[in-house]
Amino acid sequence: MEIAIAIIAGLMIIGALYAIHAKDLLSAVIACGIVGYGLVICFLLLKAPDLAIVQIVVETITLIIMVAVVLDSSREEKFSKPDPQGYVSMILSALIIGVLLYFFIISVSSLDEFGKSTLRMSGPYIEGATEKTGSANLVTGVVFDFRGYDTLGEATVLVTAVLGVLTILRIKGKK
Amino acid sequence: MTVIVKKTTQLIAGMVFMYGIYVIIHGHLTPGGGFAGGVILAGSFILLILAFGSDFVKLMKEETGSTLYENLAILIVLLLALSGLLLGTRIFFMNWMPKGTLGQLVSAGMLPLYNIFVGIEVAASILTIFLALVIFKEEMKE
Repeated sequence: MEIAIAIIAGLMIIGALYAIHAKDLLSAVIACGIVGYGLVICFLLLKAPDLAIVQIVVETITLIIMVAVVLDSSREEKFSKPDPQGYVSMILSALIIGVLLYFFIISVSSLDEFGKSTLRMSGPYIEGATEKTGSANLVTGVVFDFRGYDTLGEATVLVTAVLGVLTILRIKGKK
Repeated sequence: MTVIVKKTTQLIAGMVFMYGIYVIIHGHLTPGGGFAGGVILAGSFILLILAFGSDFVKLMKEETGSTLYENLAILIVLLLALSGLLLGTRIFFMNWMPKGTLGQLVSAGMLPLYNIFVGIEVAASILTIFLALVIFKEEMKE
């Protein structure tokens, strides 16, 4: 299974790299879709159908909206030559990426083994959830009972996002 | 859109809607739940709008309706969570309803209610964002 996940992760990286370098923006958007749908297969292989359902639906709808946006605006990416200030910021960002990569490699070596977590909270969640919540689906039991505050926060974030979108997009209508 | 797209959408949109309702109502039994089912519900509406391209005035009316549903649903979720403070053992998000037998459709106390209202909220939010984008495009043309 780990080999399959490694192959899919490699495909996702290729898709992401192609999305950056594609000349046509429509094919860049479709290449971004490879990343999302590859993640769906990874979730299915790791036996997480809840996440897979959410990911596949959200990915499809974002892809539709992105394709609509690309078809309405230009399909060509516009390049401009970097000026001296651009070169300075390029070198600076390369330096910062190098520093971050150094600390990333240090922290990866001290991580837990894949699939084995040392967090203590997952045990009680898995063992007691069915009796305490009465829900056959463990994920719903955790999401709406043990971590109810979290879910309320997520729903509120969605409402706030809609308010923001309406505020930005309806300036002309309110005039 | 062409006749093929319109006819396929007519056949499929209802089934997508029913599947979204199934995913929401069975959220405490099978994989899925309020968030996934809500996005599927919004998807059926988006499919219809993309295929048929309903007119501008009707879309503005629908946007007002979906915003109302979204805010009402999140308010009801909050009130359900507050009801734990008034009844039972006085804890926010308390699951005070009887739990029933494991695996039945009506079981798990409050969880199906949370699922249904979060599903309505998510569906209305995604639809509102989509409608706002469509209306913005129509307004920019004028």
